[in-house]
Amino acid sequence: MNGKQGKIRLPSLTRLRGLMRKEIWQIVRDPSSIAIAFVMPLVLLLLFGYGVSLDAKDVPVALVVDRPSALTASFTGGFAQSEYFAPRHFDNISQAEDAMLRGEVDALVWLRGNFEELVRSGETAAVGVFVNGVDANNARLISGYIEGVWSRWLERYAAERGMDLSRPVELEQRIWFNPGMRSRDYLVPGIIAVIMTLIGALLTSLVVAREWERGTMEALLVTPVRIGEILLGKLIPYFILGMGGLIFSVAMGVWLFQVPLRGSLLVLLGTSSLFLLAALGMGLLISTVARNQFVAGQTAIIATFLPAFILSGFIFDIASMPTPIRGLTHALAARYYVSILQTVFLAGDVTSVILWNTAALVAMAAFFLLMVRRRTRKRLD
Amino acid sequence: MKAMAGRILALVKKEFLALVKDRKSRTVLVAPPLIQLIIFGYAATYDLNRIPYAVFNEDRGAASRELVSHFQGSQNFRLIKRIDHEGEIAPLINNRETLVVLHIGPHFSRHLLQGETGEVQLIVDGRNSNTAAIVSGYVREITTRFSDRWMQDHGYPAVPARLQIRAWYNTNLESQWFIVPGIVGLLTLVVTMLVTALSVAREREAGTFDQLLVTPLRPVEILLGKALPGFIIGFIEATLIILVAVTWFQVPLRGSLPALYVGLFLFLLSSIGVGLMISSIAVTQQQGLLGAFLFLVPAIILSGFATPIANMPQAVQILTLANPMRYFMVILRGVFLEGDSMALLWPQYWPMAVIGVIALTLAGILFRRRMY
Repeated sequence: MNGKQGKIRLPSLTRLRGLMRKEIWQIVRDPSSIAIAFVMPLVLLLLFGYGVSLDAKDVPVALVVDRPSALTASFTGGFAQSEYFAPRHFDNISQAEDAMLRGEVDALVWLRGNFEELVRSGETAAVGVFVNGVDANNARLISGYIEGVWSRWLERYAAERGMDLSRPVELEQRIWFNPGMRSRDYLVPGIIAVIMTLIGALLTSLVVAREWERGTMEALLVTPVRIGEILLGKLIPYFILGMGGLIFSVAMGVWLFQVPLRGSLLVLLGTSSLFLLAALGMGLLISTVARNQFVAGQTAIIATFLPAFILSGFIFDIASMPTPIRGLTHALAARYYVSILQTVFLAGDVTSVILWNTAALVAMAAFFLLMVRRRTRKRLD
Repeated sequence: MKAMAGRILALVKKEFLALVKDRKSRTVLVAPPLIQLIIFGYAATYDLNRIPYAVFNEDRGAASRELVSHFQGSQNFRLIKRIDHEGEIAPLINNRETLVVLHIGPHFSRHLLQGETGEVQLIVDGRNSNTAAIVSGYVREITTRFSDRWMQDHGYPAVPARLQIRAWYNTNLESQWFIVPGIVGLLTLVVTMLVTALSVAREREAGTFDQLLVTPLRPVEILLGKALPGFIIGFIEATLIILVAVTWFQVPLRGSLPALYVGLFLFLLSSIGVGLMISSIAVTQQQGLLGAFLFLVPAIILSGFATPIANMPQAVQILTLANPMRYFMVILRGVFLEGDSMALLWPQYWPMAVIGVIALTLAGILFRRRMY
């Protein structure tokens, strides 16, 4: 340290331009950087936009009717009409159970021999329903669909006979922001957070670790270039690359996948650049600590990419996680960004949501960038 | 033959030293997968707890109070606020203070006592439509229970038919039992891919690859020497994770272990094949890592790990047939929960073997071409 410590020194534009030019050439010449910024988002968006869905349809269901009649046909007919089921008829229960064991059907509906007798005599017939519970979420959905078929049959049955079978409580459901419950509308905004993490943290951590590994970082440190300039020279090109990736993803989401963007583009761009700064800071920090591409890559995946997927609230609900893990999610920039993205896309500019989460992003970006600045300077001494 | 084995062994030893001698790469290989298993095992669940909700009850009668008490008695719901007028609903949902608002109309109790239908309005934040669907399922369950009780107590006519729903293999429908075996496959894939995909590129960057070429080692031997460490690490890692799944998460392991390990062997074979393929193409480590990534992400998403393959469009379902992880997911869940035997898993074994052989052959060809 010298005596000029208190004086703020502006970065030299010439040196900064030189550093940035080198960085940009590196990006342009290595196709893998461009691939992370544009091919990866394309792959992810296509996968989530077209490939993945939690809405079950054409569920293979086994139907077993011990004593077929017009009454049982009216019940099982509901499955053929429903868009959710692809029913298959079996002659007896053991054949149907075998099909369940082999995984050919996901559910089994069994009308026992006394079904008609009990219904006609005004008693309650029990319909056996077995669901493959391995995928618990799917099993719940499927039982919900089966209940739907059952209650529609009840209504029809009552209406035909002029009976009043109305239940005491009728639930009227309104899903705000996404009344059609299209899973694409929440998956696409969420995946943008994953993409930005990828460009911001993974790419930069590799690039800077490579400089340490090859010794070119040490070479840079002995030139008149200052640390702040080196860091800015890294930050600016990758920031531009990241924002390019963002605009590309948003354009695809809005035009190709028809996800509504109800909030303002300005809020989206502003918060995204904050998140990108935090991610870049993390990437730089990882690389300066690791100084080795293998370790940096592994750490970036483990500390940024996978949490952005699983702990950010993108797919799994944060409020339902156990308390220690919920506490942990507060240390993740992706958590705040996902909340902003889902709100800006589907609900609009909701001030309180955006304000709080933006404040958190500012804090995280500042924290990581300051940490990088400190770690890098320490190594100089 | 013996000389060849000796040469390969020497290379394997060197590869291991390269991975293990560095404290940072050692830590990165062992600790994170286990920590992730624990964290993701708890976090990655579709079951909802502590759903924040508000009640807007305009009715003063006993029936609505009883309905609300059903919600208060539920472990899954957490009452945030009781509100008095309609205008309060929007801010609560918009600001994400509550996920659900339950609106009971002013004549609810009167209608119920007169034998008519009382209406309850359910308002759900649909920003995450999957969570919204699950919540509305929970609410439906509670109101159904209330209705059943009410019908019993007030002499409603018997319903002609009722469903008796039972879940096989996972009676309480615990998401964890589904997710944790899946994580075994996920983490095994990530670790082996990273170990193998970067192995050749690292030597190319360091310049030691040229030195390897002047040794008596033949290309096949180099390839084998690179494959074996990934195999051994993947094997140990998977065993550790399976142990944690059984002892910590108490996921039942109902099927036969040999059936599981045959699956693991074939899965490692195919994922190492893909890893080495990437490794022989990549010139730099960055390219190797990116290649691993371009394979890993679609492989995980299209494996049925988090979302069922049956829900995907037909074209995408065909694409998943080339994904080794897809088969291993079925094996893991089959052996853990359904108690599958080896015979039942043949349809999963052979595609992985085919993918493995093709990938390894391709890796060999690419490797040879890159060398000369």
